[in-house]
Amino acid sequence: MIYREAGQFKTSYAADQAVFPIVQDRVVVGAFLALAFVLPPALASEYWLQAVLIPFLVYAMATVGLNLLTGYAGQVSLGTGGFMAVGAYAAFKLTTGFPGLSILLVFVLAGVIAALVGIVFGLPSLRIKGFYLAVATLAAQFFLIWLFNKVGWFVNYASSGTITAPPRTVMGFMVTGPEATAAARYVVALGLVVVFGVVAKNLVRGRIGRSWMAIRDRDIAAEIIGVRPLRTKLLAFAISSFYCGIAGSMLVFLFLGSAETQAFDINQSFLVLFMVIIGGLGSILGSFLGAAFIVLTPIFLTNAPHWLGLDISVALQKQIEVMIFGGLIIFFLIVEPHGLARLWQIAKEKLRLWPFPH
Amino acid sequence: MKARTLTIAVLALALAVAPWAGAALAQDKTLFMPLLVYRTGPYAPSGIPLANGGADYLNLLNERDGGLNGVKIVFEECETQYDTKQGVECYERLKSKNPVLVNPYSTGITYQLIPKAPVDKIVVHSMGYGMTASADGRWFPWVFNFPMTYWSQASAFVKYVGQQEGGMDKLKGKKIAHIYHNSPYGKEANPTLEELARRLGFELTLLAVDHPGQEQKATWLQVRRLNPDWIYISGWGVMNQVAVKEAAAHGMKMDRVIGNWWTGTEADVIPAGDAAKGYKSMAFHAAGSNFKVHQEIFKHVYDKGKGAYGTDRSRVGEVLYNRFVINAMLDTEAIRTAMAKFGNKPLTGEQVRWGFENLNLTEKRLDELGMKGLLRPLQVTCENHEGNGVAAVQQWDGKQWKIVSDWIEPMREVVRPKLEAAAVEEGKKLGYTMRDCSKEK
Repeated sequence: MIYREAGQFKTSYAADQAVFPIVQDRVVVGAFLALAFVLPPALASEYWLQAVLIPFLVYAMATVGLNLLTGYAGQVSLGTGGFMAVGAYAAFKLTTGFPGLSILLVFVLAGVIAALVGIVFGLPSLRIKGFYLAVATLAAQFFLIWLFNKVGWFVNYASSGTITAPPRTVMGFMVTGPEATAAARYVVALGLVVVFGVVAKNLVRGRIGRSWMAIRDRDIAAEIIGVRPLRTKLLAFAISSFYCGIAGSMLVFLFLGSAETQAFDINQSFLVLFMVIIGGLGSILGSFLGAAFIVLTPIFLTNAPHWLGLDISVALQKQIEVMIFGGLIIFFLIVEPHGLARLWQIAKEKLRLWPFPH
Repeated sequence: MKARTLTIAVLALALAVAPWAGAALAQDKTLFMPLLVYRTGPYAPSGIPLANGGADYLNLLNERDGGLNGVKIVFEECETQYDTKQGVECYERLKSKNPVLVNPYSTGITYQLIPKAPVDKIVVHSMGYGMTASADGRWFPWVFNFPMTYWSQASAFVKYVGQQEGGMDKLKGKKIAHIYHNSPYGKEANPTLEELARRLGFELTLLAVDHPGQEQKATWLQVRRLNPDWIYISGWGVMNQVAVKEAAAHGMKMDRVIGNWWTGTEADVIPAGDAAKGYKSMAFHAAGSNFKVHQEIFKHVYDKGKGAYGTDRSRVGEVLYNRFVINAMLDTEAIRTAMAKFGNKPLTGEQVRWGFENLNLTEKRLDELGMKGLLRPLQVTCENHEGNGVAAVQQWDGKQWKIVSDWIEPMREVVRPKLEAAAVEEGKKLGYTMRDCSKEK
């Protein structure tokens, strides 16, 4: 009833090819984004911002990155944690080496460095596929973490091997370092995610995204119709690593404040891969839903006994949390193997007919 | 179809309700202490006795004395699994309840909280761990790591080795291996050991073990090839048990294998069985439940059925149990010091910080607390946040840990200048300036 597109005629190619062809979508998404920039900084408590929203944005960025590679280009990667680490350490080296450089530029440059590293580790994808490629990308994960742990130059020879986000400002506002408010860090993170989210969405709708999908669906056929596998696959690795690199620098600069290589261990790679799978392979919206599910559900489960007034020990609580979380993942995968994005699509279709389904 | 509707509903609910947590609960006449614990995961063997010791001591104060000078202590545990991100979530959640201090019990989490401490006005007490440089109170007013830092501890270890070898000059040419957890925690001791190796002429080999430390075969093969005279281990959690087992399996002389004080607990040696006999570790307090404070805990906490171990009293008095008992005691004594100045009421973070800085724990006070012989007296000053702590060496005799050395004074003359230099560097990274301690009252 509300969500109906009858009467909306598209009179130009531009209108037909818009990201959100339906007026209601445009209004809702626009309003949602506007509110996302205004409401949380004004209303949310520091806990909300620092422990819930900022990690969600960081992981959403990483998930979009991996989704480009795995969901769109079909290359399974377990190196996400490593590429995030490259971004984080690159941002640290850049901003400590050139303190005058705008921190936003530092994030982007860190992404570029991660992209270059991604290309190097993407080279095996030209020869090996599927599970074998996943194992090959594990090398990236382990090698990069080992490198940052081993070579003191990356941490400016700090004896603890920890990198700390120095205080930096954007237009007079402190956005990193201990003095930066959670609200400021949230706005920067959201800004980055929105900008690069839009870029990703347009990327996958255009020539590049189509060539990725062609490679994913059948690489020989793609090659025959003129898609060059070398360029396409390496581009996928580069752009995916770019996103992961930015996510890594956000993780250290906007979320944690300081980190060691432990923050980028193999679990991160798995976590982001799960976000992609649960959210929906080959869907930008799915990346956000997957990140939200995996970041928010444990927090919800941790807090649930408090609201219910149950006094159970923290150890038992943690174990129950892990069990329920695992159960939920299996449940969602059985109910909807194509991820939460597909679930959302179904809901939308139902909404179109509501309240008069045939 | 039904399942889908349900799924959507559950998901929507989960997303919408998830973070409505941590609603502030303001109560007057109470003092809130957050306890970041890890009772699950690979670090649980170390985490459980710690958490239980803390809970039991705070319960003792509440049950026996009705709190601290009439102010009841409210504490809440939060499970971190020794994971930094979960630790940050815990800290943010518990922050809404206005804590005045936090004991992170993880060097990684400590590093997260150090920059936040002056902003949130919450004292960080990393007792014998954390960032060594933060012992310079002029740069890090909000961070305390008494009774001793990793660096002082490592210097005490070298001193002990020197004593055993018959003089510091005998160390020349000796081989010492440091096997460490590959994390900020494990790496902390390295600069001091390197410096001392330069000065005293022993040969130092650094061997890293990656998290979580279940796999150490390669490391110990290297150790065997090297055949060191002494081995120093900085491990935590499951890494410790594996290291002790491997040391025994590779035929090391166990009384020449010395852990730091996080690598010398019951959970570390019992799995290795008899082979662990003779294994040593550093300590800054005694183990065992023969102290008056333990009898009090039994009487006021366990007899009332409120003990953290339930009815099992055998694990009360384990090394790490005693450690958090001491930690909780130091925290509450610091708060008492502050109360003596600011009055017996719930205090602000600023006031508690003053209490920490002016803590003077005398032999007499330890006796009153029922902890005579458990640890040494301690005094903290504005400049020196590691206090004047001393270390000892304890040894596992197959049944229990026993202190086998005299109290060893760390090589402060070596450690302190390095520490001050590191404090300048670390402080500048955070944009701090040095405060003048002569102006503090």
